[in-house]
Amino acid sequence: MKNWLNPRSTVGIALIAVALIALPFVVGAAGQAWVRILNFAILYVFLALGLNIVVGFAGLLDLGYIAFYAVGAYTWALLASPHFGLHFPVWAILPIGAVLACFFGVLLGSPTLKLRGDYLAIVTLGFGEIVRIFMNNLNSPVNITNGPQGITLIDPVRFGDFSFTGTSQILGLTLGGPQKYYFLLVALAILVIVINVRLQHSRIGRAWQAIREDEIAAKAVGINTRNVKLLAFAMGASFGGIAGGIFAAMQGFVSPESFSLIESIMVLAMVVLGGMGHIPGVILGAVLLTFLPEALRYAVTPVQMALFGKILIDPESLRMLIFGLALVLVMRFKPAGLWPSPERSRELGDKVAEGAK
Amino acid sequence: MLEVTGLHVAYGGIQAVRSITFHVNEGETVALIGANGAGKTTTLKAISRMVGATGDVHFCGEKILGISPHEIIRKGIALVPEGRGVFPRLSVLENLRMGAFIRDDKAEIEADIERMYAYFPRLKERADQLAGTLSGGEQQMLAIGRALMSRPKMLLLDEPSMGLAPIMVQKIFEVVRNVAAAGMTILLIEQNAKLALESSQRAYVMESGQITLNGESADLLHDPKVKAAYLGE
Repeated sequence: MKNWLNPRSTVGIALIAVALIALPFVVGAAGQAWVRILNFAILYVFLALGLNIVVGFAGLLDLGYIAFYAVGAYTWALLASPHFGLHFPVWAILPIGAVLACFFGVLLGSPTLKLRGDYLAIVTLGFGEIVRIFMNNLNSPVNITNGPQGITLIDPVRFGDFSFTGTSQILGLTLGGPQKYYFLLVALAILVIVINVRLQHSRIGRAWQAIREDEIAAKAVGINTRNVKLLAFAMGASFGGIAGGIFAAMQGFVSPESFSLIESIMVLAMVVLGGMGHIPGVILGAVLLTFLPEALRYAVTPVQMALFGKILIDPESLRMLIFGLALVLVMRFKPAGLWPSPERSRELGDKVAEGAK
Repeated sequence: MLEVTGLHVAYGGIQAVRSITFHVNEGETVALIGANGAGKTTTLKAISRMVGATGDVHFCGEKILGISPHEIIRKGIALVPEGRGVFPRLSVLENLRMGAFIRDDKAEIEADIERMYAYFPRLKERADQLAGTLSGGEQQMLAIGRALMSRPKMLLLDEPSMGLAPIMVQKIFEVVRNVAAAGMTILLIEQNAKLALESSQRAYVMESGQITLNGESADLLHDPKVKAAYLGE
């Protein structure tokens, strides 16, 4: 991180900035669908970074993380749609969503304070399912979530008269809806990344590190393990809540289906595959795991046609097969993740070397 | 300095510590010896608030049995946990820094790290190595160094000799005696009765959760009962 802020690498920052600005136009040339995928990649960066606080920094295995995403998404959906006839502005809903998700984070965190590892994973998994099932069934006797049909016609992000859907002309450029969302997401992503980096190197970050390593020793050096763990849950959850809100606005539709267990597992896979606890790695993991399945979706059919002249295996199954295989291979050959922190790769590297002796 | 009165700990129905009373004076090294399962570690955990207990524990005249575990170190009691308890994936230096978690006087912390390096030259050589890759003895040194980094008034040592090679045990006890000689008050919990008695001024002998004997360490070393039960003579 220091190198980035180094004045000598201003060039580097400028290059990244230019690339980030040009990206949606380049990708847009291949179709608006790819810009949407790009936006999802950034949303997953939010989610992965949020989960990274809980799993990577504090070492608490959370398999129900998507529940906070759901809370954020439904908060937006209920407060900005014809469902209740409410149309709150962005600056009100996003904080409300974040605070609610944070509240749910503490709600999940407090009964699980004494649990670790597998036990914690099971409880959090259950929590994720409970939230999803609630969303599914809260349509009677009072219709709150509209059940499995979900909520439609959700307001897009709007600042005053400027809406993030539809095409508009800015500085002589024609921007489609997804492109506008892209810039909003990039701005938020930069904010989230800065907060994460600052957190990691703060006193709280060090306390999380200590808890991850040894809880008794952490208590012995004077860390209030209860509060610090709750803080990890709360902070991770609020990032999930914000991502959920943007998701609802971007899609215009939410239903419980979007928040299944597999989503939690995907986000966890992004964190682990990228490099647990290492912010650049987690970002890489999120981007790769969003793009890879989509790219395979487009590649699988033409490749089969070229090789065999007909479609032998259902593209959807083959896509997931290749995806799964890729995950297995990465974990086999890069157990610390694709881009681990230097300490972690050193540690796992040592083990491999010892095993080889 | 530390006064324990009628301390009682039960795990479910099992009485691990039965109403024990002892004290540690300022500047003194007091040993608590006894066999496996006698309740020594539980006693220490009760003082450091890691397990719930009834009775009375006063430190420097202040009642400490009601406070939370992370507050203990702020009162000036530093625990060196059983089985060393270093942070394995942090470097030696980061472990020492973590020991000063409750302090925010940066310059003083850096000075104290240098003092620890002077105490334990081995740690200086390995400053950037991950603590988990150190040998058992080095980890024990690090755990003691980390505890000292909080500038405690009193050190609680839980089985510093556990799992170490005999030569390392000698070294660790040399360290303990040096720390004591520098004026630190120490409560030492140890199975190795001979070493513990040789390194302390007074000692208590624990058996099935009760204190059965106490006195000057030098006298206990020659006590026939202690000799038979703990010194293997």
